[in-house]
Order: sequence, then C-alpha cells, then structure tokens
Amino acid sequence: MNRTQPLVLGIESSCDETGVGIVRGAALLTNTVSSSMDEHVRFGGVIPEIASRAHLDAFVPTLEEALAEADVTLADIDAIAVTSGPGLAGALMVGVCAAKALAVATGKPLYAINHLVAHVGVGLLQQGAGTPPHVLPENMGALLVSGGHTEILRIRSITDDVELLGSTIDDAAGEAYDKVARLLGLGYPGGPAIDKLARTGNAKAIRFPRGLTQPKYMGTAEEPGPHRYDWSFSGLKTAVARCVEQFEARGEEVPVADIAAAFQEAVVDVITSKAVLACRENGITEVLLGGGVAANSRLRQLTEQRCSAAGIRLTVPPLSLCTDNGAMVAALGAQLVMAGVEPSGIGFAPDSSMPVTTVSA
Amino acid sequence: MLILAIDTSAVASAALVSDDAPESVLASFATEDTRTHAEVLAPGIDALLAEAGVSGRDVDAIVTGVGPGPFTGLRSGIVTARTLAFVWGKPLYGVMSLDAIALEVAESTDSAAEFIVATDARRKEVYWARYTLSDAQLPHLAEGPHVGFAADLPDLPVYGAGAGIYSDVVKAVAEFSTRQPEALSLGQFALARLAAGERLLDSTPLYLRESDAQVPGPRKRAL
Ligand SMILES: [Zn+2]
Repeated sequence: MNRTQPLVLGIESSCDETGVGIVRGAALLTNTVSSSMDEHVRFGGVIPEIASRAHLDAFVPTLEEALAEADVTLADIDAIAVTSGPGLAGALMVGVCAAKALAVATGKPLYAINHLVAHVGVGLLQQGAGTPPHVLPENMGALLVSGGHTEILRIRSITDDVELLGSTIDDAAGEAYDKVARLLGLGYPGGPAIDKLARTGNAKAIRFPRGLTQPKYMGTAEEPGPHRYDWSFSGLKTAVARCVEQFEARGEEVPVADIAAAFQEAVVDVITSKAVLACRENGITEVLLGGGVAANSRLRQLTEQRCSAAGIRLTVPPLSLCTDNGAMVAALGAQLVMAGVEPSGIGFAPDSSMPVTTVSA
Repeated sequence: MLILAIDTSAVASAALVSDDAPESVLASFATEDTRTHAEVLAPGIDALLAEAGVSGRDVDAIVTGVGPGPFTGLRSGIVTARTLAFVWGKPLYGVMSLDAIALEVAESTDSAAEFIVATDARRKEVYWARYTLSDAQLPHLAEGPHVGFAADLPDLPVYGAGAGIYSDVVKAVAEFSTRQPEALSLGQFALARLAAGERLLDSTPLYLRESDAQVPGPRKRAL
C-alpha cells in the first residue's frame, strides 16, 4: 500500500447524504454526493427509514460517478474508508455493508471511521492544486454544527487523540432550526429559511433564553459546572412556541421575521460564546468550523468576530465539504493510512453513538 | 453456472451454488442471529469464497433475496449483492425470499399440494405467501407476498418460522416451525429457474410496508 500519497475512497451514509469521495494524500479528486433531502421536506425533518431506503438505491450510482469523475479505477485504490458512526443506525448500516462488500470484492484494506472526526479531517485537504497540505497546529479545536450534531472538540492528533469538550444535551442546532421553522410556517430545511428571513427582522425585539448558561451549569474556569461547554436547544424551541402562541392569543399578527432573527441570535450567541470559552480555557488557538450549519451567515459572522477578538484563528472549509460528504471520510482515511494506522478489517459493527475518542474502529 | 447467493431477510446467509457441483452446493453459511448482519455477512462471504477456492472472476451471477423481511437487515444483503455485482461486473438477480422455504417444502416428504410460507414480520405480524405444487416442478407462487396477522392466513398448512411463533392460531408444520429463508435454497431455486429458462426478479427490495413517517399536521393555533 502507498502510505505517502495513498489513494483513498471514502463512503458516507450516516444521515441523508450518500457520499463517495476520493482523495490522493491531501489532494481532493472528487466529492460526489446524492441527497435524499427532497424526500424529507414534507415531513419537516429527516425520516431515518426514508434516508436508509435512499442510501440503498443511491450507493452504486454514486460510487460509479465518483470513480468516473476522479478518473481512477477500483484497482488503483489503496484503501477504503467508511463512516461507522455516530449517525442513524439504519443509514450507517447501508454504507458499512457496501464498504465491506467493496473490500471483499477488491481485497483492499478498510478503515471504519468516526464521522465527527472526519468533519475535522476535511480541513486537512489542500485548498487548491499546488497549495501545501494544511498541517494541524498543536492546539486545534473544531466546532461542528449541523442537523445531527453540535460539538466542540479538541484535537491533539487527528489520528489518535480527539477529545469531546462539549456538546448538545438534547437537540442539535440544525434540528432546532427545523423545528422553529415549522412553528413559523417556513419550509424545510429550516436553517436557510430562518437565516434569510432573519435579515429582515429585529433580533433585539424579543430575547430568547440561552440554554445552560446559568451559574449552576457554568461554574468557573477553576471549578467548572456540569455543562460549562454544553448546549441545550429544547428550551429555546419551547420559548419560541410560547411566544408565537402569545401573539396569537392576543389576536396580533405574529412578527415572524423578528422571531426568526431573535431565535437565530440566541442560537448563534450561545454556540459561539461557549465555543470560544472552551477554546480559551483549553489553550486552543485554531478552530475549524464544520457541519451544514456552517452555511449560516450569522453563525459565520459571529464566530469570526469572537474568534478574532480572542486571538483564535478560524478556518471554514468550502461549504460542500462542511455538509456531510464522502471526501471528508476519504480525507481522514488518508491521514490514518499516512500515519501507519492498521485497517479495521471487515468484522466491525456500525456504532450509532460512536464516541469521538474512537477515531477509527 | 456458478451463483453467489445472499439472503438477509431473516438470518444472514450466503452460498455458492453450481449446476456442476454435487447437489449443486459448493459452500454455504447461515447465522442463527437475525441482528448482526453488518458484522457477519462480509466476513462470511469472504470465508465462503476462500473455502471454495473461488474468486469474483469465477462467479457467473449474483442472486439476492429481496425480502420481505425486516428492513435494515434486508438492505444489508441487497447492498452487499449490488456492490459485489458492480465491482465484479456480473449480472444481479433478485429472488423473493419466501421462495427459499417453499423449495425446501417441495423437496420434503411432508409437503402439501397447497401451502403457506410465513416468516416473522415483527409487530405481531407475519410475511406470507401461498404456493401450489405439481409433480416435478418448482413451487408455484400463487399469491403474495403479503404482510398481516397470522390469524388472517388462509386455512392451509403453514411452513416457516412465522408459523412456529403463531402455532396457536395457524396450522404450523412442526418440522418447519423455526425455518428461515437461507441463501442456499434461494440459490438453488435461482439456478433451477435459470436452467428452465425462466426469469428472475431484479434486486428491488419488497418492503411491503411504508416508512411509517407521518406528515405533520398543521400546527394548532393558540385560539
Ligand atoms: Zn455531519
């Protein structure tokens, strides 16, 4: 196996995107994604069984397209990588079984990869042909915000030392966006709809709660409380529902744009303030922002602002690499191959709640 | 003709069958467990190929059971079969999974001219189909597959694990009361159909049930 510039094929199926990406070392060759998002619109959220059915039908065509686009054959591939968790159990199963079949049919080594760490691994890809690969600094952090997760991580080594500093204890931020968008009668996915409407609203018109920010949860730097770096969005969603109901009960028109702006401000404020706090208190000097909600204009703006005020360097990969995709799985797979990590074999089980400390199974 | 058959509609199983081999079997395996498909299927197929000294190049076709069966398990076999067929560039066929048990019934001394095959569909239901037998022919699928309550089955002898679970309400055939569809019989059924010039299905899964997703109703207003 080529361990200096390995050609790695990555497979992603943890939520509603079927992704196949191919990298050579730190160079991206292709990032092919098939999404079942349209099929979830009428339900206002991802339906696991519908996502799983879509993965089954999308896998081979997506693989075929990726190979054609990268202009490589399966015989050229050095290793295969697949998301084995965390994610939707039934959805993970499709990608994992496909990857194992690929390994059996080609005899290539297979790496079972952590989806969250892969979101960070994508930041190590070259930003363009000829540019040097990104080298991880000593004190790297990652803020991941999507429909499925909200986490702040510390990465000492992308291949074997990742630590979860904080995460949501209930809904993911993107999920909160979807639920509030439904309350406000906006479409799915909620993130873009709320982001757009919020621009025309007054974020200060209403003040919504920032979850887990009371002293009993925060504690102090010396004596941290139980949720110092954690988030909670379910109370915020309830507060928005109450607010809408109150306007309706008074027979007043619901100020949808103001509510959208105030909701967005509450989410983005609490995410960025806790993330920056976690970075400062853990000596993190560089942060990668990943996950689909990285597309949110206000989140990007406030993260940039607060990171720069705290002297933290911020990296945001291109959006197509922030949302779930196979290239990030391939990118992390290539890092594992280059670091000499042993493959996972074909006997592992997908793990819907795989911890970030497990970079590869 | 050498066929690699896979079925995960209940247990995880795979088999290499060939019309050149004694009793058409080169090698086969089946688990007893219905919930570890993702772990055991690929290693099982890998070992099967090694045991028979067969490579992907030697295989003439891939056959997959297309259910009915619990969705997640069912998909693990179908995506495996589709991927192997794609990589090896081989034709891929589907066989209705209950046909595997029907073939075993036809070959047993305990068969009836008309019978039901049933497997566990969970949620207190069974997957079932009705078959008829005539001399020296493959079992004929007369009706189904369906999903429903065991108590609503036609009044005929019932074969398969779905009968064993509900033996209080159906005429369960004892010898078959724990029988699950397996790739070996599925492959033999496919081999016989192809040899007779008959067509097989494609690899589209037979879910028989919708995804259970509910379209949310309009939000109730406060007044
Ligand atoms: Zn993700």
